[in-house]
Amino acid sequence: MKQPTGSPVERLAVLGAAAGEAVERLRQSPVPVIEVGCATCGRAAGALETIAGFEEALAANGVEAEIRRVGCLGHCYAEPLVTIRYPGFPPLLYQKIGPGEAGILVRSFLKDGSDPCYEYLIGALEPDENFPTLMDYPRYLFEKRVVMEQCGLIDPEDIDHYLAAGGYRALAEGLEKGGEWVLEEVKAANLRGRGGAGFPAGRKWEIARSVDKTRVIICNGDEGDPGAYMDRTLLESNPHQVLEGLILAALAIGAGRALFYIRAEYPLAVEIMEKAIAAARERNLLGEDILGSGFTLEVGVFKGSGAFVCGEETALISSLSGHRGMPRPRPPYPAVAGLDGLPTIINNVKTLSTVPAIIRNGHQWFHEIGTENSPGTAIFSVVGEVEYPGLVEVPMGVTLAHLVNDICGGVKDGKALKAVQIGGPSGGCLPVSLLDTEIDFDSLKKVGAMMGSGGLVIMNEDTCMVEVARYFTDFTQGESCGKCTFCRIGTHHLREILKSITIGEGRIEELEDLEEISTSVIKGSLCSLGKTAPNPVLTTLRFFRDEYLAHIEEKRCPARMCRNLTAFYIDLEACARGCDACVACCPTEAIFTTSNRKKAIDQEKCVKCGECVYACPPEYDAVRRVSPPELIPDQGVQPLDSGAGSEKEQ
Amino acid sequence: MLEQILASLDESEREAIDEEELQVLERVESELVTFPSEPSHLLPILQHIQARHGYLPKLALRLVADYVGVAIGKVYGIATFYNQFRFNPPGRNPIKVCLGTACHVKGGDIILENFERRLGIREGETTADREYSLERVACIGCCALAPAVVVGDKVEAYVTPSKVEGIITEIEVRKEMAAREQKKNETANG
Repeated sequence: MKQPTGSPVERLAVLGAAAGEAVERLRQSPVPVIEVGCATCGRAAGALETIAGFEEALAANGVEAEIRRVGCLGHCYAEPLVTIRYPGFPPLLYQKIGPGEAGILVRSFLKDGSDPCYEYLIGALEPDENFPTLMDYPRYLFEKRVVMEQCGLIDPEDIDHYLAAGGYRALAEGLEKGGEWVLEEVKAANLRGRGGAGFPAGRKWEIARSVDKTRVIICNGDEGDPGAYMDRTLLESNPHQVLEGLILAALAIGAGRALFYIRAEYPLAVEIMEKAIAAARERNLLGEDILGSGFTLEVGVFKGSGAFVCGEETALISSLSGHRGMPRPRPPYPAVAGLDGLPTIINNVKTLSTVPAIIRNGHQWFHEIGTENSPGTAIFSVVGEVEYPGLVEVPMGVTLAHLVNDICGGVKDGKALKAVQIGGPSGGCLPVSLLDTEIDFDSLKKVGAMMGSGGLVIMNEDTCMVEVARYFTDFTQGESCGKCTFCRIGTHHLREILKSITIGEGRIEELEDLEEISTSVIKGSLCSLGKTAPNPVLTTLRFFRDEYLAHIEEKRCPARMCRNLTAFYIDLEACARGCDACVACCPTEAIFTTSNRKKAIDQEKCVKCGECVYACPPEYDAVRRVSPPELIPDQGVQPLDSGAGSEKEQ
Repeated sequence: MLEQILASLDESEREAIDEEELQVLERVESELVTFPSEPSHLLPILQHIQARHGYLPKLALRLVADYVGVAIGKVYGIATFYNQFRFNPPGRNPIKVCLGTACHVKGGDIILENFERRLGIREGETTADREYSLERVACIGCCALAPAVVVGDKVEAYVTPSKVEGIITEIEVRKEMAAREQKKNETANG
């Protein structure tokens, strides 16, 4: 395509104006536009079926409309999310739209604009007299969207949308003022690495800039923390923002090579990013002599093959060079000698996504958000037993209680909150008493947890903390690369001890062993995987010791989660005669009919999956769960056909 | 290259390779030339084979080792280090049960167990008729929809033990319908 001329800012203005016109034409189109959230999570909730439903209904009713795919708004509880732009109405956001609801929307609203279907509506995206707006909800009001501002609103596969929203303006300005200015600006903003450790990005860049060799910049999208998915969302929903951040970082350190490292488990993210890179090249935002500034950069995508340890910088570099992803001792730090011995900067997706906003608005603006030592926002994936799970972007310094109770609607089904697991396998479980902890890099470290990548799992009274510690240790043990003995063998012993406690074979003196091994693993490991692996064990021991004791001394699981220590039975008083709901759902045929035509569970056959609890109609609610299993009362149960069967035999 | 490797095998090893695997190996050999023969490209090469053929046959590792000029042990070491690679052919309906934190808290292990029971195989195995294979994955990033399962390319959200039954039944019904359709076409044509 024909490239504009002039300075970077002038050239970008031409690109931006063209993009603005294209997007405006779309906005003004007389045909309604249906936008469906099609990131991985939306697809899992059935977004593609929703699109098929819209297509079918539009064709059947002879209605004309354009269907477009957008990214993820972060409101996962309401997926599939649909935005409808109908001429004369504000853009309206609808929740939980399946193919059936799609048909209703087409017939009642899209056909003639008569009924905007309030029953599915969340609100209008823009303030309007006739509709509630999103800002009327706490979930939207308390959030501060900097990095996720455009997520779910723009088409990630169309660069014009990003350009029209002011995209790449920061890059043009950076190109004009030079890399050193970008570096100073980010340094002044005190942008701390969002990958978990919180090391100031500007300082890291400065170290690399001072080494006189070809420099490399890598975007770390190897989000391996089970329970966190904000990097995936950013890559899928606003790839150009990450890319712009990467180019700015490359400019700041004067890099000659740039790479995205994205895990192979995120095929959609890889695909969208490759498209974004091609689109940026086409407009001379990448490649040779970017926007006529003389700065040249090529960006590649490398697919990680799934190893948690590769989130560690030196392991990531080792994996890029075609080896097993094993970390090496530091120094030398990658910023001095990394990939192929060249100075290498590795920044997290969220860190790079924040850079364009800082350059656009200035470092003073950035300091107005968040706390003094941790300026800016933090993105959390709040999941588990919470009313409104999803991605939340809040200013640093917000308390956990505010985040969980006010923004995410508190614990699901009115149950009691027990713990908040923060930071994934390297983080810790914080009890209710620490909910007033402010979320920033330093406060969390003080209570034994860490920011990590921002996974936040809400646990209610039905979650066993010993079992959670066992789960995380099992994970880190499987992901330990095996280089350091303490990490390799130590995590194994931790896991075995925790396992024996969860099946009721733990001994009291093993609690001391747990502490001792944990301390040794922290001391004897090279990288953060080993250094933080015992955190879940140590925090649960510290805050939930009574649960460990109950498992060991009473063979009882207070949360009634550990299956060896729990049993299910049916309360014959509550059970309804003739109802077969639980029988039909039991995967092992453990439920039989009793002599008085009620139901009972054969403990030999029961695998304790809990399915009958859900199947039992709420008006009976007859299935009970007890721990220890000896608590099952003797109800004098007799199988119905035992007598009849023996008669036949005679 | 493949011929040499096959010639170096003893009889029992050669017999263990079926026609299908042989075809895969031949194709792997022809595809290798599109990659630079440098050790730093080992991961992309293995990823390519895995993506194209669904698994890494044992002899393919030898092909790769010879191609980039490293010991077989090095290739094997890399392939076993990363979670992405598998060494036996996947089923036509690969099932991956997510056991990330959110899925675990919501009973992902119970879902895995139900698949194991329903299919009669353990995690990491493939059914004898190669119809299903079962794996556990660390996290697929759909934590708000836990517990999640990936069947083929499709993510199933909010899975329960009874939905496990539903998922398998749906696949079976679709298979049955396809078989009937084929039979109908055959009778129509014949």
